[in-house]
Amino acid sequence: MLKIKNLHASVEDKTILRGINLEVKAGEVHAIMGPNGSGKSTLASVIAGKEEYEATEGEIIFEGQNIDELAAEERAHKGIFLSFQYPVEIPGVSVTNFMKTAINATRKAKGLDDMPAKEMLKLIREKSELLEIDRKFLSRSLNQGFSGGEKKRNEIFQMAILEPKLAILDETDSGLDIDALRIVANGVNKLKSKDNAVIIITHYQRLLDYIIPDFVHVIHNGKIVKSGGKELAHELEEKGYDWIKEEVNA
Amino acid sequence: MDLKEKLVSSFLAFENQVDVEAYVHGIRTEAIKTFETNGFPSKKDEAWKYTSLNKILKQDYSVFPKHENDIEYRDVKKYLIHDIDTYKIIFIDGKYSSHLSETTHDGMDICLMSAALSKPKYRLVIENYFNNVATKDSLTSLNTAFSSEGAFIHIPKNKLVSKPIQIVHFSTGNESAVLLQPRNLIVVDENSHLQIIERHQSLTDNPVLTNSVTEIFANKRAIVDYYKVQNDNENASLIDSTFIKQRQESHVSAHTFTFGGNLTRNNLNFYQHGERIDSTLKGITIIGDKQHVDHNTLVHHIEPNCESHQDYKGIFGDSSTGVFNGKVLVDKEAQKTNAFQANNNILISDKSSINTKPQLEIFADDVKCSHGCTIGQLDDDALFYMKTRGIPEKEAKALLMYAFANNVLESVKIPELKARINKLIANKLGVDIGFNL
Repeated sequence: MLKIKNLHASVEDKTILRGINLEVKAGEVHAIMGPNGSGKSTLASVIAGKEEYEATEGEIIFEGQNIDELAAEERAHKGIFLSFQYPVEIPGVSVTNFMKTAINATRKAKGLDDMPAKEMLKLIREKSELLEIDRKFLSRSLNQGFSGGEKKRNEIFQMAILEPKLAILDETDSGLDIDALRIVANGVNKLKSKDNAVIIITHYQRLLDYIIPDFVHVIHNGKIVKSGGKELAHELEEKGYDWIKEEVNA
Repeated sequence: MDLKEKLVSSFLAFENQVDVEAYVHGIRTEAIKTFETNGFPSKKDEAWKYTSLNKILKQDYSVFPKHENDIEYRDVKKYLIHDIDTYKIIFIDGKYSSHLSETTHDGMDICLMSAALSKPKYRLVIENYFNNVATKDSLTSLNTAFSSEGAFIHIPKNKLVSKPIQIVHFSTGNESAVLLQPRNLIVVDENSHLQIIERHQSLTDNPVLTNSVTEIFANKRAIVDYYKVQNDNENASLIDSTFIKQRQESHVSAHTFTFGGNLTRNNLNFYQHGERIDSTLKGITIIGDKQHVDHNTLVHHIEPNCESHQDYKGIFGDSSTGVFNGKVLVDKEAQKTNAFQANNNILISDKSSINTKPQLEIFADDVKCSHGCTIGQLDDDALFYMKTRGIPEKEAKALLMYAFANNVLESVKIPELKARINKLIANKLGVDIGFNL
């Protein structure tokens, strides 16, 4: 599904990614871990198409197509979704209206007509139940005045509605209490299938107790320096990141 | 002959058309002298530093437009709020159109200035109120000198006027260029409640210059909501001067929605004569091309325990330019004043610009006054966020701009008007974003 080959990326002339190689197949869950400032979130933004980040070398292939030249919205139309670490507040636009706009924009890109109102309501209701979201919440302005947990839950709610092929969850566990973490993880697990894939970007192993990864990668200094199975996450939780840095430097 | 000379020399002819015996004759004569002495304002005047009238004054405006027209309701329906019942006072090229209007004398007067100025039964109201709060600046004086037509509204006490009033000035373009000077007088007595929607609309691309003056008197505990919809054609310019005198415990709000027109200048002046008065001034400006919009506001806090709220949002594209000059004046006696002013702007083009200038003059020592102005661009992070949800850049920008301006709409109390403004905003932003904004 996703093939990243020797990806280098920089922002404002500062090189952050220095040769990332990663392959994600349909049905897989990958966790990308690493210390602060290692390039985890940059990788997420580059895959999602943030313009400020410039891919200087290498390529990102999604479903057989090089997506380097595609705008963020075109990548979204192809099925790439990014759950933000810091979701943006949009006053005056309700959660429901925002989702309607997003759904219909995607349908339009695919040459489809707007989703009929009835179908839209049903979809929104179903998915809000999945994420245990109160109906009142849907008429509130997007992310405005939401708690950290509500914002993250809302991100996964959006993911549930848009049903992406590849979901990248950037620090989705940060700011979540244990109940919210469980709800979010439950949502992700229910959406998982053999046809889609998830990349979980996290500093901690906590979320990985709920969403079990098939692969764990450690980023350090803009490179994947170690890959393994889910045990690697436990090892990192116990030993921290220093031993990896030492191993790399050795 | 330039426009000033033309106007001054037209004055006699004008007065001969109307009634020189009338009470207002003296006021008009005085006013034309003021205009003759001062002429049109120039950039040398502090209040006109960022707005030049030079270009629009070069047109050869017809001062007395022809009055024949064949405008039917279907020609102008789209400019009216037609999905609710309203009173309508409609003018075409400055002349009242009886077949398009719906006025009343049933327990209140919703009618014409020309009638009020000439009929004896209105004389007392005219003497009490006409030109009472309007300032003597040059452009207002020019309007005063030629004041003959416009809306006259007098609501006696304890009356809740259930239907909004629409005051609409159409220009037909029958003349190559026309100068219009409507004059409105609105008096709302104790405990009464009134809503007004005002619009100036040209029906062709011929140049129009409107120099409009409105005086509003909100007596004790009166509530007046005034909505100005400014979405005129590209060759239509508007100078609107509105003067509002409030008595104790009255609430007056003025919303100004500016999306169209060539040059638009809004002088909005509130004078608080009484305690526990509330004044609200809000505006959304969304312009592009070479449009220019200048909001010049004044709130004069004269007595204690009053409030004022100003909130103006501006979005400027292409080579458009904006001005916000907001003055809050708090007299020494006006203790416990609570005055709030905000002016936030987004420049979406490198060539657009805004000059914003808050002016606070506070002579009382126990007051709460805050002001803030910002000039920014659209937030890139927010744009990226929306794009990752599949929303294309253009729609994402529109949503952000809408989100930016949105809170100004919350205080619009007529749902059909709110829906109309939403539609105008969506049109102006050039998007159909899939739901009613």
